[in-house]
Amino acid sequence: MDTLQLLISGIANGCIYGLIALGFVLIYKASESVNFAQGDMMILGAFLAIALLNTDQADLPFLLGLAIAGLSLGVFAYLLDALLLRRVFGQPQLTMVILTIALGFVLRFVIGAIWGHDPVGLDSPVVGQRLSIGGLTVPVIDAVIIGTTVFLVAVLWLFFARTRLGLAMQASSQNQMAAYYMGIPVKRVVSLVWAMSGVMAAIAGVLFAAKGAVEPSAGLVFGIKAFAAAVIGGMGSLPGALAGGLLIGIMEPFAGRHLPSHIAQVSPYALMLLVLILRPSGLFAQVRAKKV
Amino acid sequence: MKPRFKTSYDADIDRFQGHWHRVQYLLLIALALAAPWVLGSYYVGELSSVLVWSLAGMGVMLLVGHTGQVSLGHAAFMAIGAFTHLALMLRGWPFLPALLAATLSSGISGALLALPILRLSGIYLAIATLALGVLVEDLAIVAEPITGGVRGLAAPPIELLGMTIDRHGTPIAFYYLCLAVVVLVTLAYANILRSPTGRAFIAVRDSEISARALGVNVTRTKTLAFALSCAITGLAGALYAHLIQAVNFESFLVIISIAMLLQVIVGGLGAIHGAFFGAVVIVALPQGIAISRDLLADVGIRVVAYPGLDMAVFAVIIIVLMVLEPRGLYGVWLRVRTWFQLFPLYRKGMFRRARSYLKTERLK
Repeated sequence: MDTLQLLISGIANGCIYGLIALGFVLIYKASESVNFAQGDMMILGAFLAIALLNTDQADLPFLLGLAIAGLSLGVFAYLLDALLLRRVFGQPQLTMVILTIALGFVLRFVIGAIWGHDPVGLDSPVVGQRLSIGGLTVPVIDAVIIGTTVFLVAVLWLFFARTRLGLAMQASSQNQMAAYYMGIPVKRVVSLVWAMSGVMAAIAGVLFAAKGAVEPSAGLVFGIKAFAAAVIGGMGSLPGALAGGLLIGIMEPFAGRHLPSHIAQVSPYALMLLVLILRPSGLFAQVRAKKV
Repeated sequence: MKPRFKTSYDADIDRFQGHWHRVQYLLLIALALAAPWVLGSYYVGELSSVLVWSLAGMGVMLLVGHTGQVSLGHAAFMAIGAFTHLALMLRGWPFLPALLAATLSSGISGALLALPILRLSGIYLAIATLALGVLVEDLAIVAEPITGGVRGLAAPPIELLGMTIDRHGTPIAFYYLCLAVVVLVTLAYANILRSPTGRAFIAVRDSEISARALGVNVTRTKTLAFALSCAITGLAGALYAHLIQAVNFESFLVIISIAMLLQVIVGGLGAIHGAFFGAVVIVALPQGIAISRDLLADVGIRVVAYPGLDMAVFAVIIIVLMVLEPRGLYGVWLRVRTWFQLFPLYRKGMFRRARSYLKTERLK
């Protein structure tokens, strides 16, 4: 029973990692760049939601506040790509890595300057409630997180398989030149992918803040862990990212229970290094190195 | 600009282009030697700090700027250098052998780690080294017999040539020590770049496939670059330990690795100058912010001290540079120099980059 409890809490954590990792992979597939500021965007989403929803702040209705936070982060990410990141298009991958790392620093500073550096939690309607199923007590928020993730993944899958925009995104991620010749506005599509990953970051942030507390500096560590998840799954694979997130999420509580604390802390990174060394393109690889 | 006539084939790989170039660098060294007599002891300390970060920057530059392998975990090798050096010194080793052992040990550990890691490339390499950086933070706590655990180690004073050198007691002597190390390493670095090894590094950076086609052993070259880079960084770590007097796991957080990479980017990738420019920015920026805050306070504007402001300003500088001048401060310096050399013939488009599109690094 104890193990099952740990498992469910781990899955809920893993879902959040997985959502962030999905954001990474979406952007990587679309533009072969990695957004190292994804963790900080998640924290920004969380703090926006807290500012809009908490009873001592704006105190808006829950769903309205959620929608505003998600949309504003989507718009932010779109503008970020359209106004700034697009300008370094075509330069080596490192340029984008550095740019997003620097952006992460700026975001972290701005969040800290506006909302302070203390951990804050989100007052969600389900805070502190528990669900009992046959002797198993599960926090409602864990169930909500798992449910939301399943729902989002289904929506994403339908979006990519059934809509014109989704197909356009797939096309431009496979071959930008060819997609451009077919009349797809590749630049706008890439910006829209950024917007999507911004919305995902906001949702992940809200779920994270509702489960525990957030602070501005959490973005860096969280981003690295989610990145590890994406790498374990293979950077080019959406299901892989989710699976990697779940793997890390499930591994953490068990490592924390059974291993000395220092080793438990680094276990996600150790796993990632192992995967990188043994299977450099990830467990669910779709991407292979270019050959001449 | 005076045209330069080459009278021998060796002139192509001369360290200096003509006499004036050599005189400029001699003047620079003379300036560096004279600095302690002009500046107060506080600023001599800051200068030592610039030198140590330049050294660390050169380590990163060799790998990232000249071999094209991104590392986000170089603070790990600084840590290896620092802890080896201090552990040996505390066990009674003299300064120089301990320094040498620290350099060697970080170089060897770099070479050993390079074997599995350098199979990766691009972003995967960056993230693997980032993981290394995170791992070392915790390893530094676990390896208590060597690293002193959470408490860390305190740096003993340096006994060298019958003198006792201490960062606070004799800041000028410490500054000269750093200067000597930096000058030696810079000379060695510049010489490596003139040699076939250095050319191989640059060939691997520009195109691995063409380098291989030209007969460069890519794996060996990358491993050597990693080892050399880690050795220089480890040496910087050992000096850094003396600079900050006591090190523990918190001295080498992953954020320092990131800052080191950002430092060489700000300075300008692919030029030794870049490491120095970057180090000046890293050390001068917090000072500049503190000074400007004081100035603002003098005219009656109170500015709240935000934590992390210097890092944010640094990040904004990076963003602006990346968009406008990806070759960093060295690129800006090149433009300014060319403007003066060609005056009044400088044209606007001389340094314009060619338009390019996404060069994919994958098949599917």
